[in-house]
Amino acid sequence: MLEVRDLEVSFPSEAGRVAAVRGLSFDVGAGEVLGIVGESGSGKSVSALATMGLLPPQARIGGSIRFHGTELLGKSDVALSRIRGRRIAMVFQDPLSALTPIFTVGDQVAEALRVHDPKLAKKAAAERAVDLLDLVGIPHARARSASFPHEFSGGMRQRVVIAMAIANDPDLIIADEPTTALDVTVQAQVLDVLKTAQEITGAGIVLITHDLGVVAGVADRLMVMYAGRAVEQGAVDEVFGHPRMPYTLGLLGSVPRLDATEKRPLVPIEGQPPPMTDLPPGCPFTLRCPMAVERCSAEEPALEVVGPGPGGPEPHRSACWRSGDIERVEHDVAGAGADTAATLFGVRAPAPGAAGTDGRPDRPVVLDVVDLVKHYPVTTGSVFRRRVGTVHAVDGISFDIREGEVLGLVGESGCGKTTTLMEILGLEPPMGGRIVVLGSDVAGLGRRARVAVRRDLQVVFQDPVASLDPRLPVGDVIGEPLEVHGVARPQIRRRVAELLDLVGLRPDHANRYPAEFSGGQRQRIGIARALALEPKVLILDEPVSALDVSIRAGVINLLEDLRARLGLAFLFVAHDLSVVRHVADRVAVMYLGKIVEIGAVDRVFAAPSHPYTQALLSAIPIPDPAVERRRERILLRGDLPSPADPPSGCRFRTRCPLFVELDESRRRRCVTEEPPRAAVGSGHEAACHFAHAREVV
Amino acid sequence: MASPVIASGSGTGPDPAGADTGPAGGAIEALGRRRLVLRRFLRNRLSAAGGVVLVLLFAMAFLGPLFYPWDHRTQDDLALLTPPSPEHWFGTTKLGEDLFAQCMRGLQKSLLIGLLVAIISTALAAVVGAAAGYFGRATDRSLMWLVDLLLVLPSFLVVAILSPAFRGGSWLLLVVLLAAFQWMITARIVRGMTLSLREREYVKAARFMGMAPWPIIRRHILPNMASLLIIDATINVGTAITAETALSFFGFGIQPPDISLGTLIYNGTESALTFSWLFLFPAALLVTTVLAVNFLGDGLRDALDPTSLRGRRRD
Repeated sequence: MLEVRDLEVSFPSEAGRVAAVRGLSFDVGAGEVLGIVGESGSGKSVSALATMGLLPPQARIGGSIRFHGTELLGKSDVALSRIRGRRIAMVFQDPLSALTPIFTVGDQVAEALRVHDPKLAKKAAAERAVDLLDLVGIPHARARSASFPHEFSGGMRQRVVIAMAIANDPDLIIADEPTTALDVTVQAQVLDVLKTAQEITGAGIVLITHDLGVVAGVADRLMVMYAGRAVEQGAVDEVFGHPRMPYTLGLLGSVPRLDATEKRPLVPIEGQPPPMTDLPPGCPFTLRCPMAVERCSAEEPALEVVGPGPGGPEPHRSACWRSGDIERVEHDVAGAGADTAATLFGVRAPAPGAAGTDGRPDRPVVLDVVDLVKHYPVTTGSVFRRRVGTVHAVDGISFDIREGEVLGLVGESGCGKTTTLMEILGLEPPMGGRIVVLGSDVAGLGRRARVAVRRDLQVVFQDPVASLDPRLPVGDVIGEPLEVHGVARPQIRRRVAELLDLVGLRPDHANRYPAEFSGGQRQRIGIARALALEPKVLILDEPVSALDVSIRAGVINLLEDLRARLGLAFLFVAHDLSVVRHVADRVAVMYLGKIVEIGAVDRVFAAPSHPYTQALLSAIPIPDPAVERRRERILLRGDLPSPADPPSGCRFRTRCPLFVELDESRRRRCVTEEPPRAAVGSGHEAACHFAHAREVV
Repeated sequence: MASPVIASGSGTGPDPAGADTGPAGGAIEALGRRRLVLRRFLRNRLSAAGGVVLVLLFAMAFLGPLFYPWDHRTQDDLALLTPPSPEHWFGTTKLGEDLFAQCMRGLQKSLLIGLLVAIISTALAAVVGAAAGYFGRATDRSLMWLVDLLLVLPSFLVVAILSPAFRGGSWLLLVVLLAAFQWMITARIVRGMTLSLREREYVKAARFMGMAPWPIIRRHILPNMASLLIIDATINVGTAITAETALSFFGFGIQPPDISLGTLIYNGTESALTFSWLFLFPAALLVTTVLAVNFLGDGLRDALDPTSLRGRRRD
């Protein structure tokens, strides 16, 4: 249906032409889902935009894009407009900017219909819009169609965008990272809707994503892109099961698996993608490739057939001179029960955790949070402020972290994770409850004592771009905490060099500016800064979620290594449960300002007892098509309720799958009585009246 | 080594930092950053020309009189109201004073006033704005109340009314007065930027490592709006010179026997049509100065702002 041949796209830039896409060919058949994976800058979005004819005018496009046999390239914008939205529809990443804020969602869906069918009566279009909204799972579609986009949550907005995309019964839907901006439970819902939409319209889908897990569950075929080219292509099972290109292998090996029972080493792909201007000859992956030979840097390999598709028409192709050798290694290690990727990339098993959970009660508590409360007032009026409500951001949470231990704090956005962190880091007396850092209660700290406590409590932020001052050389950034705490200059210089070495950077990097480093390197700089004062507790706020997949593994490995070497305790905040499973010893799950389940990682992941934990775990895609197809999803209904008006009794009951199945008297208990945190196993607590373990991974 | 530096500065692609440069990387890279800005700046020919002209004006105003036989007070009784000639380059006034010497003297004053006012008012704006934005609450409210108050006062009138009181005082007082009425709008902009910068993670990180507020402002907040402040200062130079000229023209500001471009233009206006050089030369110098500074400011803004399209190379 869609045939792309030798597509080339380039843009002008300061440094010369950026070749964003270099000779890309692929097909999409009717009713088929093609997954395109790659890191940012690999050219995946650009090729999608080229298909839609939405590239900026300065882009130079070559090759051919045929849709149902008609050439799309070179068509005028007017001619393309007749196809766009009617035959080919697009779902964008950011549902907020994809909808016009000043029109109601119903009007926008109706407009999508009327643009391509002017004869359609207004009323009929509005009716059809309501049907479509209902179809994508918007509750009370008739009433909600009169709402404006800002009255919808991110997941609901993405549903509206999908409704608009399928409005004209398109033949092809291009979804560009449709779930990247969403929480996992909402991602599961949206992927479900996308599948429904495909079943109804019978359209082909191009699903662009960087998340291998998403592709594993949804796509039929997979294309891996690197530096503007397809480096591997084939049926999903084939590519996941027998990758024949080191980059694909590395990508698969770099993702922590939710279903990993033992700690598997993660495969970091060193270095970054090459700059897309003046690419050297040869394979663009050469510099990062563990198997590179001379030929690789001389000649760029073409996509060659490396194996048959399992019964399908599409063979498995890969662009690598050494596919055959990979096959041999795969064969060899299969017998030894080892991991192909880990073997090829030469990754050693992770250092045994410093402490884990053994002998936990004997170790001293380094951070103790008891019944922490943080409410924000909601006020109205600008002259006479009136308090009209309270946001219960954090509503009585308790946990403790012992020496050398990693506690993962997980939950969806808006659950109060960040507020908790800020309360701890602020070292101000909390609104309610107690925060005790290394034995000293924060409430009783004087000014000087507070500064002293800061030495032992450091933070690594999520965004490696925002967390480093762009105008300070890296050496000054890392030396800053030392300077604040009055360390002498020559000593600072020595320590900075030491720290750079510790996080895997070179001492001469101290003289450069943050902008000259890649995301992964910047996060390393942030970690070096946090470690400068040799703290005892490190607070990590989503330290890897802003990084590309291949770089993530390197940072995670670094954190693990540092913990083992320095005996640090981490409070690791994340929304990605697979990362938490890999890094943490204990995990606490937060929902609407409360901890609903806490316990040792192995226990919580193997036998989650709170229905929310179960749903959260089941929503996370596993990068293995075979496993993914067998899994049963627990889909949550609706969105997170507003923390300004949390439900009575159990806060999760409005979305709880268990609650629906209960009888009237038991339901009453959920509505009226707030479940206390009760032990369900050794060191494992859940806050549910009817907690029972269930295996979901 | 030019190409990787450019690539990293313009953000077009990830630059493999650490691939090739040795320990001397720091000095080279810092130079590279400066060179990038300079390159973007020089691409805008008009602003580069503005910079050159401004330097020439300074050199002329301060060095010129040293090599010129006449000074601004000596009267040449043999040449009253003569047009420009090899002896008197810009001609003479009706008292026989050399106009070139007078213009240079006036230019000295105007340039000095312009620069001083620009620096003082921009510095004041930076400090007040950053303090209001960073500390918030009562500090913010009281400082912004002051800003609003000064904004509604008609500054020209205030300076005009106050200036007789300072008659005989130094021209530095005029600098202070001019600066006092030129910082408020910038202070408001600085405050707004501070409000967003203080939520940045690197500022939070500094706070969580125990850094005190003023060091944070000095180290993290102000450098990150350096481009705004530089540009504001260049624009203020022009504004201050114009304001001083306007004040002096109306007889406030610089008073005789001292000279500024404004007083020269004032004296020249009545004879603008008859003895046109009296008016044309000081006016041309004023226009040149203000234009040069404005072009320079424009170019700096485009060169420092990585998102600006004008500094970018065209395909």
